[in-house]
Amino acid sequence: MTIANPAELEQSLQPQGWLKYFSFSLDHKVIGIQYLVCGFLFYFIGGALAGVIRTELASPLSDFVRRDTYNEVLTLHGTIMIFLWIVPVVNGAFGNYLIPFYVGARDMAFPRLNAVAFWLIPPAGILLISSYFIAGAASQSGWTAYPPLSLTTPAAGQIVWILSVLLLGGSSIFGGINFIATVLKLRRPGLKMMQLPMFCWAMLGTSILVVLSTPVLAGTLILLSFDIIAHTGFFNPALGGNVVVYQHLFWFYSHPAVYIMVLPAFGLVSEILPVHARKPLFGYTTMVYSIMAIVVLGLIVWAHHMFTSGTPPWMRLFFTIATSFIAVPTGIKFFNWLATLWGGKIALNSAVLFSCAFIFNFVFGGITGVALAQVPFDIHVHDTYFVVAHFHYIVYGGSVFVIFASLYHWYPKFTGRLLNEDLGRLHFLLTFIGFNLCFAPQHWLGLNGMPRRVAEYDPAFTTWNQVSSVGALLMAISTLPLVINVVLTAVSGPLAGDNPWRALTPEWLTTSPPPVENWAGEAPLVTEPYGYGEHTCAMDLGGLSGRDLWSSGKS
Amino acid sequence: MDTRLSQTTSASVVLPASEDESHGSHADHRLFGLATFLVADGMTFAGFFAAYLTFKAVNPLPEGSSYELELLLPSINTVLLLVSSFTFHRAGVACRSGQMTRSQAWLLVTTALGAAFLAGQMVEYFSLPFGLRDNLFASTFYALTGFHGLHVTLGVICILVVYWQARPGGRINAASHFGLEAAELYWHFVDGIWVVLYGILYLL
Ligand code: HEM
Ligand SMILES: [Cu+2]
Repeated sequence: MTIANPAELEQSLQPQGWLKYFSFSLDHKVIGIQYLVCGFLFYFIGGALAGVIRTELASPLSDFVRRDTYNEVLTLHGTIMIFLWIVPVVNGAFGNYLIPFYVGARDMAFPRLNAVAFWLIPPAGILLISSYFIAGAASQSGWTAYPPLSLTTPAAGQIVWILSVLLLGGSSIFGGINFIATVLKLRRPGLKMMQLPMFCWAMLGTSILVVLSTPVLAGTLILLSFDIIAHTGFFNPALGGNVVVYQHLFWFYSHPAVYIMVLPAFGLVSEILPVHARKPLFGYTTMVYSIMAIVVLGLIVWAHHMFTSGTPPWMRLFFTIATSFIAVPTGIKFFNWLATLWGGKIALNSAVLFSCAFIFNFVFGGITGVALAQVPFDIHVHDTYFVVAHFHYIVYGGSVFVIFASLYHWYPKFTGRLLNEDLGRLHFLLTFIGFNLCFAPQHWLGLNGMPRRVAEYDPAFTTWNQVSSVGALLMAISTLPLVINVVLTAVSGPLAGDNPWRALTPEWLTTSPPPVENWAGEAPLVTEPYGYGEHTCAMDLGGLSGRDLWSSGKS
Repeated sequence: MDTRLSQTTSASVVLPASEDESHGSHADHRLFGLATFLVADGMTFAGFFAAYLTFKAVNPLPEGSSYELELLLPSINTVLLLVSSFTFHRAGVACRSGQMTRSQAWLLVTTALGAAFLAGQMVEYFSLPFGLRDNLFASTFYALTGFHGLHVTLGVICILVVYWQARPGGRINAASHFGLEAAELYWHFVDGIWVVLYGILYLL
């Protein structure tokens, strides 16, 4: 047998079995799992840090950790959760695993670049966390690293932080380039853009944001490091510099960053809901346009984070209006999901429960977001716990809930085994209650004036902080059923079969777990990935290696 | 060997040729990927430009500090880079039509022009009346031109590599010239950025 080309030869020389997950593998599926497992490890670290934060805040005095330590913990928590957990998992893990299937390719456009992008992450993460030990002190200036604060806190820790974020940004850009090229260039012949599963559009939109905005953050952090190392004055008012310019540049990345975290989640939910409701995704075309509208609008709303930074009135007006407009495409997506569920034969399994909870939480976070976009309101609650509550409803209630939903949905794909539903529902219940208990009271605290990023607070706020800490404890406990479930299932879970959900999207039209080549034969041409409950489906499922997945995939 | 793997490798033999391309990186895709990367790279410059323009609009020059630029040297440099874009283009045309010696000659000219640009930049740096830390504009000036100069340096190294690869029997020839095209795209990008930089830093 001849091997078709060198890349395949190289692939066949890779280590097999579990060892391959520790190798420089070029297989998009291996890389996806690498991202996923690596992300979860960092999630547990970031979660432990959150535990420290909530323990400290269970009482008004800083009696659990010192105030400096609190700032370090806070900074590490935010940075880990954003750059080492949500961004790599919703993009890197699920993007890498699913996108080649969805476009009908055997791998990403640039497999080697893909592996490089992943392998930048562990060193960056280790660097970040070890800054506490190697630099004597971790960064203390929050995940925003605003100057002049970031210029006056211990320099070594801040520099390590910048280095780590630069590495992670580079990884993200490489990933983004790969996703754009794969979706646009690697589509199977005959597959049109408007036939792609929605997750492809979400990843395309996300990657456009990554490519356009991440480099700006990188440039900004390089200037910041000059200020720290070479004592230039770009952002140092004492040397004639301008801190507001830092904020503009930082938010030019970091508002799109929230969409980099949440657009892929939108895409994943759009894949999960139709399968379990046995209905086509409602409003495909409007979904696509909404994603692209969010991409465009997402790039021109950044200064809503700066209403209290001396922004001139015209700027406030523009950014209020532009931000409020994002509610329109977001609302369209929301109603499309509801319409997808409407009248469906919904299986209330863990994947669906987490997805529905995502819709619920995200609407809540979206409403507080629109409220925050209004200048008079924002001036009142800026830098209070209201903002903390808002963005946790988005990033946790949104993205993290979707990661869990996706884990239950795709675990059988990854491993060929089904996660236990009872443990899954327990996980869901604990997470949902814990999450809302933890973050809902923070709206109230913020409205009453409790500032964010403090280790000590007015004793009047004690009760609701304790409620919040109890919620955090529940969230910590909720990871137990998850971990037990994943480990038990991996060892002795029930076999799932190739397509346990009878799904029509291409990743299910092969074995579970899939072969290295994704399909043993030609890639299926799936022109109606959401053709549930319909009788005429134009699908050419060509060389499906004798397995009649088509009949099992059709309800 | 894993049975699943051998099963699929044998299956891949029957794949149509177009299918297989998705495995390795096809040249077109690589150029597309490079172009996407250059968009990202361009955004880094865009951020720097935006910062510079905002500084200029709102931050007064501190009293007693100087920020004056000569026009002559950078203007010559601009011409050098523009000409080098043209010479690189000629190198590409020659290569695609199989005239490798001629292509190599044009590449050498391009290298020389790039090196001359860098030399000019050095001369300018040493003759300026301000240093990196003197004031905000000085810092931004050095950051921007330095970042661009790094790009030029990298470009010159790439051209030399391409020159080496375009030797008789090298990997670049009329039929296969991805490396040359990539370096050319990159070089045009670096030149384009310089034109914007020249306009904003020197003329405005
Ligand atoms: C529905 C659309 C959204 C609107 C209208 C919105 C609006 C806002 C506004 C105005 C602020 C600034 C509050 C302040 O600092 O005073 C803010 C903060 C924030 N938002 Fe959103 N947002 C939306 C969606 C999102 C999404 C999707 C995410 C993340 C996935 C997110 C994450 C954040 C974060 C992390 C902050 C806090 C940043 C900081 O100051 O540290 N938001 N949002
Ligand atoms: Cu924002």
